[in-house]
Amino acid sequence: MNPAMNSALNSGMAPVATPWFFYVLAVVAVASGVAVITRRNAVHAALALIVALLAVAGLYLMLYAPFVAGVQIIVYAGGIMVLFLFVIMLVNIERSTKERRFNRMWPVGLAAACALLALFVSAIVKGKALFSDRGMPLPEASNTQQIATLLYGEAGRMGQYTFAFEIASLLLLVAILGAVIMTKKKI
Amino acid sequence: MAEITTLHYLVVAAALFVLGVIGVLTRRNVVIVLMSIELILNAVNLNLVAFSRMWGNLHGQLFAIFIVVDAAAEAAAGLGILIAFFRNKETVNVDEIDLLKW
Repeated sequence: MNPAMNSALNSGMAPVATPWFFYVLAVVAVASGVAVITRRNAVHAALALIVALLAVAGLYLMLYAPFVAGVQIIVYAGGIMVLFLFVIMLVNIERSTKERRFNRMWPVGLAAACALLALFVSAIVKGKALFSDRGMPLPEASNTQQIATLLYGEAGRMGQYTFAFEIASLLLLVAILGAVIMTKKKI
Repeated sequence: MAEITTLHYLVVAAALFVLGVIGVLTRRNVVIVLMSIELILNAVNLNLVAFSRMWGNLHGQLFAIFIVVDAAAEAAAGLGILIAFFRNKETVNVDEIDLLKW
């Protein structure tokens, strides 16, 4: 990390991101999350999910993670959601917008989710003191470079995550093959 | 207004996770169930990045990127299964996918 930037980070330069941004992004993310699970039309749910993903990308930016925010927008909001919309276009039949939205066991599912929420609330209330600091400022300008160093290594040495990175590429290859083979009519 | 701490992010992530779980457990449309899974993975990612900020190292962000890779693979495979199923049974409802029910 270069020293000029380091001093700029530590000299109490007023951050662009104010608490207001956080609250707006959080409300947008949760509200569009609710829209995803309640909309009758799958296309509306997909659009709400895109809004939620963009809001979460904004939260990543507030956490000094610009590379993850970029990946979120390009891969999630760009790639995965196009895949979803394509499949909705292929399988969406008129009758599914007129049918019941929720399955018959929905009270059980809701109760299980409420139990999970209670678990989270108790964990957060008990661990409040642990998480109450703002954390260390991560260098934002060299973020991508540092991630690349961890992924690919430097000066001829393997990075800490190079092997995991290769395994991830293998996983994507298997997923591509699986998707192609499953959607083929005759193999 | 008070400073934003790691706790704030954990609360948002918990809310998104629970919304995703409700979607997975109660919706009938498989496409929306898969979208709810994406919501859950996003909540986990938000936690990882918040902890990365809290501890001041980048390993959490690396994990978040690997989870995005997983989400892409999962979406491709899941939607492939969905299309193959739709071709055979003409439905996308979870409670009508009961070929193995005895």
